[in-house]
Amino acid sequence: MKVVNKSLPKKEGHGLIEDRLSYTNDLAPSNALKVKVLRSPYAFAKIEDIDVSSAEKIPGVRCILTHKNVPRNIITRAGQGYPEPSPHDKFIIDEYVRYIGDEVAAVAAETIDIAEKAIKEIKVKYKVLSPVLDFEKAEGNESVIHMEKEAHEMFPIGFNPVKNIAAEYHMHFGDVDKALSDSKYIVKERYYTQAQAHTAMEVHTCFAYIDTYGRLTIVTSSQVPFHVRRITSHALGIPLSSIRVIKPRVGGGFGGKQAVHGELLVALAALRTGRPAKLIYTREEVFEATYTRHPMRLDVTMGADENGIIKVIDMDLLSNTGAYGEHALTVFMVAGSKTMPLYNKAIAGRFGGKVVYTNNTPAGAYRGYGAIQGNFALEATVDKLAEKIGMDPMELRRINVIGENEGSPVFKIMGEGTEGVDMILDSCKIKECMTRGMELTDYKNKYPRQDMGNGKVRGLGSAICMQGSGIAGIDMASAVIKLNDEGFFNLIIGATDIGTGSDTILSQIAAEGLNVPYEKVVVHSSDTDLGPFDTGAYASSTTYVSGNAVKKAAVKMKELIEKTAAEIFETDNADFDGENIISSDGKQTISLSEFSNKLYYSAGQKQLMTCESFVGDVSPAPFMAGFAEVEVDTETGKVELLDYTAVVDCGTPINPNLARAQVEGGLLQGIGMAMFENVKYADNGKLLTNNFLSYKIPTRKDIGSIRVEFIESFEPSGPYGAKSVGEIGIDTPPAAIANAVYNAVGVRINQLPITSEKILDELNKRK
Amino acid sequence: MLSSGKKSTFRGGKMKISLNINNYIRNIDIEPGDVLYDVLNKLGYTSVRNSCDTGCCGTCTVLLDGEPVPSCSYLAVKADGKSITTIEGVKEEAEKINNYMLNEGAVQCGYCNPGFILTVIAMKNEIKDPTETDIKNYLVGNLCRCSGYVGHLRVIKKYLEAIK
Repeated sequence: MKVVNKSLPKKEGHGLIEDRLSYTNDLAPSNALKVKVLRSPYAFAKIEDIDVSSAEKIPGVRCILTHKNVPRNIITRAGQGYPEPSPHDKFIIDEYVRYIGDEVAAVAAETIDIAEKAIKEIKVKYKVLSPVLDFEKAEGNESVIHMEKEAHEMFPIGFNPVKNIAAEYHMHFGDVDKALSDSKYIVKERYYTQAQAHTAMEVHTCFAYIDTYGRLTIVTSSQVPFHVRRITSHALGIPLSSIRVIKPRVGGGFGGKQAVHGELLVALAALRTGRPAKLIYTREEVFEATYTRHPMRLDVTMGADENGIIKVIDMDLLSNTGAYGEHALTVFMVAGSKTMPLYNKAIAGRFGGKVVYTNNTPAGAYRGYGAIQGNFALEATVDKLAEKIGMDPMELRRINVIGENEGSPVFKIMGEGTEGVDMILDSCKIKECMTRGMELTDYKNKYPRQDMGNGKVRGLGSAICMQGSGIAGIDMASAVIKLNDEGFFNLIIGATDIGTGSDTILSQIAAEGLNVPYEKVVVHSSDTDLGPFDTGAYASSTTYVSGNAVKKAAVKMKELIEKTAAEIFETDNADFDGENIISSDGKQTISLSEFSNKLYYSAGQKQLMTCESFVGDVSPAPFMAGFAEVEVDTETGKVELLDYTAVVDCGTPINPNLARAQVEGGLLQGIGMAMFENVKYADNGKLLTNNFLSYKIPTRKDIGSIRVEFIESFEPSGPYGAKSVGEIGIDTPPAAIANAVYNAVGVRINQLPITSEKILDELNKRK
Repeated sequence: MLSSGKKSTFRGGKMKISLNINNYIRNIDIEPGDVLYDVLNKLGYTSVRNSCDTGCCGTCTVLLDGEPVPSCSYLAVKADGKSITTIEGVKEEAEKINNYMLNEGAVQCGYCNPGFILTVIAMKNEIKDPTETDIKNYLVGNLCRCSGYVGHLRVIKKYLEAIK
């Protein structure tokens, strides 16, 4: 391979550090109206009256939106395939507010100051209702969060709003109860995970304007431009053909931008006023009024036979989707579907539970998407099981883990919101990952603990994980390749680079398929008018799904060039070697540049363009083994992460440097969730951790070393052997760090984050 | 807390300040509550980017008389008469560092990169031969959510080694 599997520098070059028009805010016209949102101060209330008359009189106020004057079409803001597996339970603005931060009104004004002044002038009479703030008491609570008659599910997802249930799911295979009673070793544990915040450095930003043709154009920091177009059309009740969505450079997403957030408000402001309108969320709004990770309670029961073979896994979950059911079912299911197949020797398995509404900030997509929650519970339980059996936990994993050319009944049973697809793993190097990780971490000598003799103890803990590569049978991506005069190519894709590097790696795949240098490919992505369809940047899909579409389009373009040249040569065939096209009889040669100039100006004139699509029959899983070395001060409980080592099977890394960066970044977010990111609410449901002072994400001082290696692996169905790599890094840290802390000081923390305070509390309990 | 999102409500009329931005003196009308980020943003310096509103993420960093400050939490009026360097003012050095970032795959979403690079330049000017601990301490206020920070560290070490 000439271009793939090379650490080429990103296409953007210096474009992201200089004064260029890159991010959404850079592109907004300076005369855009500024939109500010009045947000609910109550966790649950009915707006009995809203009076905007004095706000409207303020000079410079151009438009005020309230539930009284916006279209009342119920939608889900979740940026997913259609029909969505999330309940339709959200109006643009409703007369009910369901969390502190929910939209009450929006003002578009000439300046932010005027908009803010107008917000203060809006008089709202609330009837305060009793909120549901404890997700373990949500089901059947006398407070019903969604009583609107329009709310509905798009297909059966267990939606039962009267009981505050957004979704419910149950599956099993084999006889779970019998397998448990036959098991020699059984462990049962309960875990809790928190509502982690994404905190992409670019806050959610969007603007809208009416273009020359009278069409609505939305420019937005989104992971899902095509879904934004569809949802906007449904919410506003305007034709899809009247909307264009452009995604410029995005400053990080992590799932937080896999939804419609401010787009509907700027669209309405632009339509009502005819003026461009812009909305930039404050950091506080991002924390309080976008998305969080779904907090969960996870009960895991695992049974093994006398040889340590895991025969049965039973996972019973309760998930908190907050005020709206966005990604409720799918995140929930991934907690099982991307964890249970790891141990495919099980003859019985059960997974199920409910996703409940509460009056908290809505939960949504977040990197890992349930797998990190499930992995924490499953992999901590595996360690406990190993202890009970008296076996090294990595040995227990080794004898139970799924391998190449193997499947799992879970693949067929569980998809994302629907049934899954049967799958035999063509590539799975998890055992090699484990072995290499054990070498790198000196597992033999360092597991389980080293007493440093100064009151400090070091522990080494591990966990393994899997993810997917796109949503099989549902998510589609497509790519257009266009030949230009002088012989360079446009690669036009719907795929959405949100900082991941997909513009770069898809260009590499295109160049490889075309057999041309990387520099010959010019990339343009994520414009719903100009580019072909792509579901967007989520579900670890871009490298695999979009990458396969690009590869197909590139290979087809190479063939088209050869066929067209043969026509000009008047020979049977021609061969393109990357620079020249040579006739099959070897007598004629023309450079690609000359050929394309001829094609557009002088001989057999026509435009060469190919368009290909891809939808996966399977969703090949990347795998990873993660190892955490922590040091715990037994006096104070203080815990430090000294090293995190990850060994990854992602198939062929298209760009090894960028793949490594994906894993390193995923690890740190996982480490943040495991150790630092504590979410706190006040008694009234107000999110207290709503800025970087109170919500601590890891800084560069909080980590020791992070080591990432890739194991050689090749996925036959992937583009040049690639699987996904965007999410796999995030999954293991909670379990591996919990296991490391246990190995160090014998304290098992089952509730994230694992803080020094909790460790000290547990240590004190034992005294 | 002053921020671009929530300003001081005091409005005592316009004030005139003079800023030397990248060696170009500009006389600007500001509101008393304006923070430096607002002023630079209005003037079109898109490389200065807002993120946290509270002066704790480093994304909006500019150099004020050579020292890194978070412009979202620095009153514009306090900058009167001072020199401000955005990344365009140190283009050559910034591109040198960015090349290391590109070659290391350390450019991810890119949003925090100008603030990060400016802080690296300030560190280089302030500390001779910084240790790994010095580097982490100096840059602790530059948050990044994409990377694991280790790519940054590799970049800084290579850059410092090269300019020795």
